[in-house]
Amino acid sequence: MIGLQHYLVVSAILFVMGVFGIFLNRKNVIIILMAIELILLSVNINLVAFSAYLGDLVGQIFAMFVLTVAAGEAAIGLAILVIYFRGRGSIAVDDINRMKG
Amino acid sequence: MIQTIAFYLFATLVIASAVLTIVARNPVHSVLWLILAFFNAAGLMILVGAEFIAMLLVIVYVGAVAVLFLFVVMMLDIDFAELRSGFATYLPFGVLLVLVLAAEMIFAVGAWQAGGIDMASRVAPTPEGVSNIEAIGTLLYTRYLYIFEGAGLVLLVALIGAIVLTHRVRGGVKVQNVSAQNMRRPEDATRNVKPAVGQGVEL
Repeated sequence: MIGLQHYLVVSAILFVMGVFGIFLNRKNVIIILMAIELILLSVNINLVAFSAYLGDLVGQIFAMFVLTVAAGEAAIGLAILVIYFRGRGSIAVDDINRMKG
Repeated sequence: MIQTIAFYLFATLVIASAVLTIVARNPVHSVLWLILAFFNAAGLMILVGAEFIAMLLVIVYVGAVAVLFLFVVMMLDIDFAELRSGFATYLPFGVLLVLVLAAEMIFAVGAWQAGGIDMASRVAPTPEGVSNIEAIGTLLYTRYLYIFEGAGLVLLVALIGAIVLTHRVRGGVKVQNVSAQNMRRPEDATRNVKPAVGQGVEL
């Protein structure tokens, strides 16, 4: 029988892959956004697994809100990317210092 | 037995497609691997009986977010080969960090035991004899109604924000101004004159 630990390990590996993706593709914002989506997916798997094994539905409700935020974040992130590309003609992360923050 | 096989199939595929998402040379392939990862994660969630979240994952992630990524990747003319130039430089440190992080997390999971959890103190125990979607709906529209509406508000703000950010007014394009047309009265547009006989028309 598959236990909670199995799910936690899968989710941990997925999370780590998301972090690795951010490291590996430091110049490409699109891949970084995809890696963030992977991280949020792993968090969702974690929440749902705990919810199922503890018999508490709140985890699934919370996973839905994480999904909402992930969708909004992707939409805003890609919109910023599009306007940045329009002004610059490139999306290299190293060049993003327009605000000189 | 079949559950175990399905779990290992989904788990292997979700991890493999996550790896391929981050190492694929072509970002379009990356997005497609991401879609596969989402599908397999949905399979994992169905295995534990969370059908609603699984369907939401397929509809929202695959149907909306991944397609949005695909649109942006294909719409922008980006030199992706140049963006990959630092790949080998970041690899060793990245691998080191990831190995430490993964070892830590898996060690923590291995050492963790669920002892001491009082099952009676659950916030919303899964009801018996009710389907997952029904139970979530009941909870969502009663106890978590305000948070649910807040989530809707977040989506609305994201929607408006994305439109406001990407909208641009192009010069030199003739567009219809409906409110100006509706505000226009007959007295602004026409002129009533009484020319004398023999005037008004020049031949």
